[in-house]
Amino acid sequence: MPETIDKKSSSVGKKVLLKGNEAVAEAAIKAGCDAYFAYPITPQTETAEYFSKRMVDLNRIFIQAESEVAAINMVFGASAAGARVMTSSSSPGISLKQEGISYIAGAELPCVLINVVRGGPGLGNILPSQADYFQTTRGGGHGDYRCITLVPNSIQECYDMTMAAFDLADYYRMPVFILSDGIIGQMVEPFVMHEYSPMFANMPKKDWALTGCKGREPNVVRTLYMSPADGLEQLNRRLFAKYEKIEAEYRDCQQISCDGADLIIIAYGATSRIAKAAIKKLNKNGKKVGLFRPKTVWPWPGPELVELVKNNKKAKFLVIEMSMGQMIEDVKLSLMDVVKKDWIYFYGMGGGWCPTPETICEKVNEVLG
Amino acid sequence: MSSIIKTQPESIADKSTHYCPGCGHGVMLRLIGEVVDELGIREDMILTAPVGCSVILYDYMNCDVIECAHGRAPAVGTAIKRVHPDKFVLVYQGDGDLAAIGTAEIIHAANRGENLSVIFVNNAVYGMTGGQMAPTTLIGQKTTTSPYGRTAKGMGKPIRVCEMMATLEETKYLERTSIHSIRNINKTKAAIKKAFLNQINGIGFSLVEVLSMCPVGWRLSPQEAQGYIESQMIDYFPLGVYKDLEY
Repeated sequence: MPETIDKKSSSVGKKVLLKGNEAVAEAAIKAGCDAYFAYPITPQTETAEYFSKRMVDLNRIFIQAESEVAAINMVFGASAAGARVMTSSSSPGISLKQEGISYIAGAELPCVLINVVRGGPGLGNILPSQADYFQTTRGGGHGDYRCITLVPNSIQECYDMTMAAFDLADYYRMPVFILSDGIIGQMVEPFVMHEYSPMFANMPKKDWALTGCKGREPNVVRTLYMSPADGLEQLNRRLFAKYEKIEAEYRDCQQISCDGADLIIIAYGATSRIAKAAIKKLNKNGKKVGLFRPKTVWPWPGPELVELVKNNKKAKFLVIEMSMGQMIEDVKLSLMDVVKKDWIYFYGMGGGWCPTPETICEKVNEVLG
Repeated sequence: MSSIIKTQPESIADKSTHYCPGCGHGVMLRLIGEVVDELGIREDMILTAPVGCSVILYDYMNCDVIECAHGRAPAVGTAIKRVHPDKFVLVYQGDGDLAAIGTAEIIHAANRGENLSVIFVNNAVYGMTGGQMAPTTLIGQKTTTSPYGRTAKGMGKPIRVCEMMATLEETKYLERTSIHSIRNINKTKAAIKKAFLNQINGIGFSLVEVLSMCPVGWRLSPQEAQGYIESQMIDYFPLGVYKDLEY
């Protein structure tokens, strides 16, 4: 149970200490989240606990649902009713939510989803992992759709990206994921708790919301289109036109010391933090190693990666993931025409644990010879 | 010379439905439309439609509608009602939807005492997929997935939803009715109205289970299907009020 909630709410603009799982909750509350639907699962449960008190205090909607399936369908209902809405879970729970996420994507409804990724497959374990990359970047449920996926590597970014996620969801009318993990969710570090300000000057009106049809034609929220001519083809084409627009407008990444680097590490989330520590050491020892960190994994910052290669033709690449290799497929797809295939190396772990700066240094030295 | 005057409730769209001849969903649509009109709640109403034959309710009802995933309407309805407590939220479900894939959602919505009105159409088969065994299929009843007839052993006995829901203390009104005859249709309309008024008056969770015909799924004529309810279904699913707490 979070203890210093009242202090926190009065500490706007000051540095505070919170867990990643609590920071996303506080950011959501400040961004005007009207409803949150919970189901406990490690390592994300602090988010549910945090909301359970704050939402009641603020007279907003909090329900501990009977299942992940019910929780996401409550998200579906609340979003259709026009509310700003969020749920959070960890990998096995996100799998259960995929049915609902597909409906939300198909109905073009906004919502924010947090996945504090843990080891898999199956129950796996409760330790940090990045093995849900495919699931989150390829839609995740049935049918053709995408979810914007923001990837924080600090508690400040947990906070900032959650606020942004609500705006992106409303602006593009689609589900937006925060892809956290067992480290980012459980980590405590100071961050500035600034006030919410919308990222778009003109947020679209929710004139599609279900509010009762007084004074207008009835609104219908549906995903069923029995015949191709009835609109399924048009729906999917409209969705993909929107996705193309987002791919052009909202890719994000961070590049550190990539100019002139002999090796560029590609890593996101917690892994990028560990890589940064390794790079510091390596740079001290005269090794020219840079970091390319996707801050969005869908849309994938592929064009930035290609641009980077234009400026640095000698660099080899080392992809580091807490998985058996998922993001590396996007890296290879982006670089297939501009980088030699055997210049893309991989270092991953599948046990639900993370690399250390030392093991990363070893791997880099191995590659650079 | 007498003439037939067409009276169409305002809350029902002026369209022909896709329901089969003798299907109970058409009767239910009409009853709901009449009650909605009588209570004047069309413009304050949000309908959660299920998966099953009534999935296309959004085309037939002249009000705000959300089409839900199979079994999830009570969860969706819960959230809509919490967001808009002043609006009327109707949850419409079939037997596969409510008593199989959505068992958790209906039980927990009821257990939380959500202020919802649930219409549960029990026709003892999965109609839309072509007449498969449902949780409410009678013992001995032949369906496309119980071709030798349902047996208790291995398939279980039909679930009596009203009786089961009555054990949940937050449910306020539970009644089982039927629409196989004019008298029973009228009783069903009264039950629907009561369930709607309960929500409007803030009384809480109400569910009306309606025994309904699926002649095509049952491989019977419309008339035989009405007889099947009278002679078979009511024996196992007794009609009546299972709970009525008006506070």
